[in-house]
Amino acid sequence: MTTARKSHEESPHELRSGEEGTDVRELYQELILDHSRNPRNFRKIDGAGHHAEGYNPLCGDRFTVYLDVQNGVVKNIGFEGSGCAISKASASVMTQSVKGKTPAEVTALIDRFRNLVTGEDAGAAGSMESLGKLAAFSGVKEFPVRVKCATLAWHTVKAALEGKPSAISTED
Amino acid sequence: MDVARIRRDFPILKRKVRGRPLVYLDNAATTQKPAAVIEAIRDYYSRYNANIHRGVHQLSEQATDGFEKSRELIRSFLGAGETREIVFVRGATEGINLVAQSLGRKFVSKGDEIVVTTMEHHSNIVPWQMLCEGTGAVLRVVPISDRGELELDSFDRLLSSKTRLVAVTHVSNALGTVNPIDVIVRHAHSAGAAVLVDGAQAVPHMKVDVKSLDCDFYVFSSHKVYGPTGIGVVYGKRRWLEEMPPYQGGGDMIASVTFEKTLYNRLPYKFEAGTPDIAGAIGLGAALEYVNHIGLGAIARHETDLLIHAAESLEEIDGVRLIGKAAERAAVVSFVVDGVHPHDLGTFLDQEGIAIRTGHHCAQPVMQRYGIPATARASFGMYNTKSEVDALAKGIRKAQEFFA
Repeated sequence: MTTARKSHEESPHELRSGEEGTDVRELYQELILDHSRNPRNFRKIDGAGHHAEGYNPLCGDRFTVYLDVQNGVVKNIGFEGSGCAISKASASVMTQSVKGKTPAEVTALIDRFRNLVTGEDAGAAGSMESLGKLAAFSGVKEFPVRVKCATLAWHTVKAALEGKPSAISTED
Repeated sequence: MDVARIRRDFPILKRKVRGRPLVYLDNAATTQKPAAVIEAIRDYYSRYNANIHRGVHQLSEQATDGFEKSRELIRSFLGAGETREIVFVRGATEGINLVAQSLGRKFVSKGDEIVVTTMEHHSNIVPWQMLCEGTGAVLRVVPISDRGELELDSFDRLLSSKTRLVAVTHVSNALGTVNPIDVIVRHAHSAGAAVLVDGAQAVPHMKVDVKSLDCDFYVFSSHKVYGPTGIGVVYGKRRWLEEMPPYQGGGDMIASVTFEKTLYNRLPYKFEAGTPDIAGAIGLGAALEYVNHIGLGAIARHETDLLIHAAESLEEIDGVRLIGKAAERAAVVSFVVDGVHPHDLGTFLDQEGIAIRTGHHCAQPVMQRYGIPATARASFGMYNTKSEVDALAKGIRKAQEFFA
């Protein structure tokens, strides 16, 4: 063996997330709990120009996102469905963040959010401030199995903007 | 049964998770391994690793002996008559696929019917759907009651002269229901149908005797009965296995090959193409010896105590609802908590060092039956204790406060 390891407890995976105690509050920040209990824009929008259904087959979470784009900006947005606290809060905050933005701005925000929860933007200084409320989801990166919960509504809004209304899946 | 002593045989139970002692309640997904199993695999690779059935050298002889000794242990563990009725596969899923493809190719044709049940997990549904797609056979599904028991009247009505095979789980992974296999086999046989039993969730928890069950096929996975992953077993009655064509070609399944004609090997090698998981088979043998040493009677009594204690403790909690309340149950409590999604509960309990399963348990038709997307599931093994069940109940109460 070229690298001496004292015991199996020191394998890289376990150093990252194994025996160390992590506080569940890092994941479930107050803002997330609040939005999961009282989701904003939780309604169907009749006559919405865009809509899409998103589904996570791993846990059964399912949301439909409705969008009205007028004069090149998202005028109105709502969502319906059911899911865990992370996915529901993420959908709720997503609707607030997207309102008033152009489709191009929405697409850019989707990428930034995905980078935030997967931990890929760790080096981007100052980006946290400009993310506002979305920064509350930064704890998700410590819980890789929950990334799909956090991104479900974001995949769905992207599909809605691109005119793909049928169920999109986190497993695609 | 001395649980404290058993726990010392399982190295992983010494570790901490998230700074807490591990409480492992996900045994229906996979069980932990005793040192005897880990050591048997280490011993094979460090002392007598060689390919089997071909070599004339000593290592090959020893590896072959170890491999075939496991087959004999499995025969005796299942109460089968002959070792040639024991076929090594990668797991219960591959076992079901073997029977579906091999039996299906010869004995199932358009208009025939295959009967499965609502409580099957995906592995005992999809291979039959694939067979139906390929042959034009039709899938029939036995419904279940609110309590989670098979509706045997409906089962009887589904049986006809068109029924070729009934595929049923012995114990439900999502509900814990123990099915009356002897009754199912009797009724299926009088309709002229064969029966495959998925025993993956049964063999770790109760004594199984394929002769007295009189089933035609019985499959299970090593890793759910304290053995390694990637190895499992098909038991098949000899008269079926002899009539069935090989499942895959190559390796040990061949007696001789010319381009005009290949002669297939005798049972069970006819169904064992390629170099098998030798270490896995040896590890499985060690696991069954360990289980026999503890005794399935003692294990079953201990797990029943845990199950009763868990059901009582969880039902005491406001807002907790058990899914699956069959009179005959084994080792599993499946439940939902008002206002707490199963996945949030799973993450929360993990922070307490408690491992449970959350989701649809690869049994989506069961979830659809109860109109829920997912459940939380605690499943028990021989090393679990009442204080671990208490930790679970306490964790659920904490989660309710947190998410309220």
